[in-house]
Amino acid sequence: MQEAQSSSFEIVAREDFSDVTFLLEVRHPMLAKAAKAGQFVIVMEREEGERIPLTIADFDREAGTITLVIQAVGKTTREMQQNCQVGTRLFAVVGPMGIPSHIGGKKKVVCVGGGLGVAPIYPQARAWKESGAYVIGVVGFRNRGLVFWDEKFRAVCDELIVCTDDGSAGIKGLVTEGIKQAIAKHPDIEELVAIGPPIMMKGCAEATRPHKIRTMVSLNPVMVDGTGMCGGCRVKIGETVKFACVDGPDFDGHLVDFDDLMARLGRYKEAEKEALERFQESCRIRGEGAAAPEPAVALDRPSTDG
Amino acid sequence: MAKKKTIRTIPQERTPVQEQDPKERARNFEEVSLGYRLEEALVEADRCLQCADEPCVRGCPVSIDIPGFIQKIVEKHYQGAYDIITDTNLLPSVCGRVCPQESQCEGVCTVGDTLEPVAIGRLERFVGDMAIKEGWANVPYIEPSGYRVGIVGAGPAGMACAADMAKAGCEVVVYEAFHQPGGVLKYGIPDFRLPNDVIDAEIEKLRKLGIRFECNTLVGRLFTIEQMVTEMGFAAVFIGTGAGYPSFMGIPGESLNGVLSANELLTRANLMRARDFPNFDTPLQPGKRVTVIGAGNTAMDAMRVSMRLGAEKVMCVYRRSKAEAPARVEEVHHAEEEGIEFNWLTSPVELLGDANNKVRAMRCIRMELGEPDSSGRRKPVPVPGSEFEIETDMVVFAIGTNANPILGQTSKLKLNKWGYIETDDSLATSIAGVYAGGDIVTGAATVIQAMGAGRKAARAMKAYLGLRDTDCVYAPETDDPVGRRFGIPVEEHNFARVRLL
Repeated sequence: MQEAQSSSFEIVAREDFSDVTFLLEVRHPMLAKAAKAGQFVIVMEREEGERIPLTIADFDREAGTITLVIQAVGKTTREMQQNCQVGTRLFAVVGPMGIPSHIGGKKKVVCVGGGLGVAPIYPQARAWKESGAYVIGVVGFRNRGLVFWDEKFRAVCDELIVCTDDGSAGIKGLVTEGIKQAIAKHPDIEELVAIGPPIMMKGCAEATRPHKIRTMVSLNPVMVDGTGMCGGCRVKIGETVKFACVDGPDFDGHLVDFDDLMARLGRYKEAEKEALERFQESCRIRGEGAAAPEPAVALDRPSTDG
Repeated sequence: MAKKKTIRTIPQERTPVQEQDPKERARNFEEVSLGYRLEEALVEADRCLQCADEPCVRGCPVSIDIPGFIQKIVEKHYQGAYDIITDTNLLPSVCGRVCPQESQCEGVCTVGDTLEPVAIGRLERFVGDMAIKEGWANVPYIEPSGYRVGIVGAGPAGMACAADMAKAGCEVVVYEAFHQPGGVLKYGIPDFRLPNDVIDAEIEKLRKLGIRFECNTLVGRLFTIEQMVTEMGFAAVFIGTGAGYPSFMGIPGESLNGVLSANELLTRANLMRARDFPNFDTPLQPGKRVTVIGAGNTAMDAMRVSMRLGAEKVMCVYRRSKAEAPARVEEVHHAEEEGIEFNWLTSPVELLGDANNKVRAMRCIRMELGEPDSSGRRKPVPVPGSEFEIETDMVVFAIGTNANPILGQTSKLKLNKWGYIETDDSLATSIAGVYAGGDIVTGAATVIQAMGAGRKAARAMKAYLGLRDTDCVYAPETDDPVGRRFGIPVEEHNFARVRLL
């Protein structure tokens, strides 16, 4: 415990869920010990890179690892997709950041994950299960081929509703369809937790608002330091302005101004686009990233700058 | 012994310092002030009267023996000058550049009563830079005390405290949340005012004292302050995390794109090197017409960085007048030279956006000065009907910061009503063995004040640990057998031995 690990963050496992989504297990025993559901880390892949916030998708205190799930949509995340192989190291990993999710004291909860939010909702579902709650999982994917962690979710959820855009697995439709089903079946749901793209979380908050079900969402605005210092991640919560990094990332979904959040996510769009184009060009020249596919849908961006 | 100097015999004019041409420098990140050359430093050093009163020493937050080091320059014993400064201030190259000397040492200089004061800051920088160039470092042999000390935050307060504790024989670990040590010196103060290699050189000196820097470590969340003094085995802890949390005004339009805090602008441009985009990945969409709200040093930095990032026009909006601007006089002067437009007695009312949610204009109101307020400055009051718009595509708030909440959230430290850490006069917090200083105690202040707090806390920590307060960097050995023995104060002979490194 005495030696804080401040360098050499080794990648010990990797799993690719699709052509854009991949999982990294990173060795960081102190962080694995300290992490709680709902928190995030800031990662730099290399020294010249940017600091990107990533939700902690899981942690293994015994193995001393944390799990990150990354969607390769911008320059940095695509570069990570190419470079972050087992045995390589990240330049910087700092965390756990943010206030841990408040878990417990509820009898029946719904845990909703969509897109990039599927992985980080897993430790929440597990923690709720451990707290003794009846857990209904709702996870959304585009199609059957992209479904992952089905077994893991079933192990911690009393019910699992899988939603796909094309109906190739589970029910057809967005996660809000799954929420509607869950609410119809269980009038006694006390809380819903949603992690995913802002548009999805907004949909979840609207789905529960008429039923007055407490809805917590995990916000992913653009940030630099993650320690409350830059104010880039400020979000409107009701009448107040909060910093997602130190006041969140969890907020009451019924109070979040999602339109403001989504508008602010595009702050560095032009520079991000330029960086991505340059990156693709350099991949083409090197001939190695030629196979790096365009993401089929860019409706959700990862919680990153790029 | 030379004849005693008088105000009539010293060089009457303050020696000017070479600076980059304003037009040229406004577009590059090279240092603005080139610093004194040897001959210039000698002339300026000669202006010090060596007065008996020494008001400058009292004006210095860390009480540097200013006449002493200046006399060494006069004697052309530059390393001696360095030794004197580093007795009390480990970072002369930094402080010579960023201290507000006009309100400290130079503000009370005896020469300044009649003529322009001695350029103490420039002389300090001259000595510090020479030390870096020549590789001087006062590394004493340190008798281990057996204590481990943890420092939270690798900014000026933490660095100063770490140096003193290391010299007292403690094993010192400095934790830093960013990926590089330096704190505000790195993320905040831009290169043209304080080059990164100067900071790195000063940090290297701390490493030579045996201090270990652990970056990427968010204290409070990765482990708590309480864990540090219990299971992690730190005998004492110093907290110097800075104020952090930037303020906004709460006017409409603050969440528009193109509106950001000075902290964000400066961190992206300086620490994350967005100015070198795309070679560095961090983006920063520089504005063409940038408006910065506030007139402190941070505001000046934000404006001058924006200029260097290619803005066509950079404007300052400040609700009081130039006389009340909290920035160093030199910074305002440099900003004016570089073509920044100052709107004194002007306050923003609303930020207006375009259809893409991007800021396009700032609506302002003219102010006039009324009765003095609690700060003693005349309170600005709006002039009715004087509203007008400034066309702008980037608005930067540089109006101060609030307390960072992380340690309050994660420890039982007692905070005051504004969220800053509460300490007693010795800077002890409510947790035994835990001390705090700098902006996280006082709210936003200066680099040298933070360093002063770090040293003050170190004295209290040494007393708490029962360590003798040596407060001394030892002179290196010389060929002179007397000098070799007497680099050490006699009373310290049992405590430490010098070795040449």
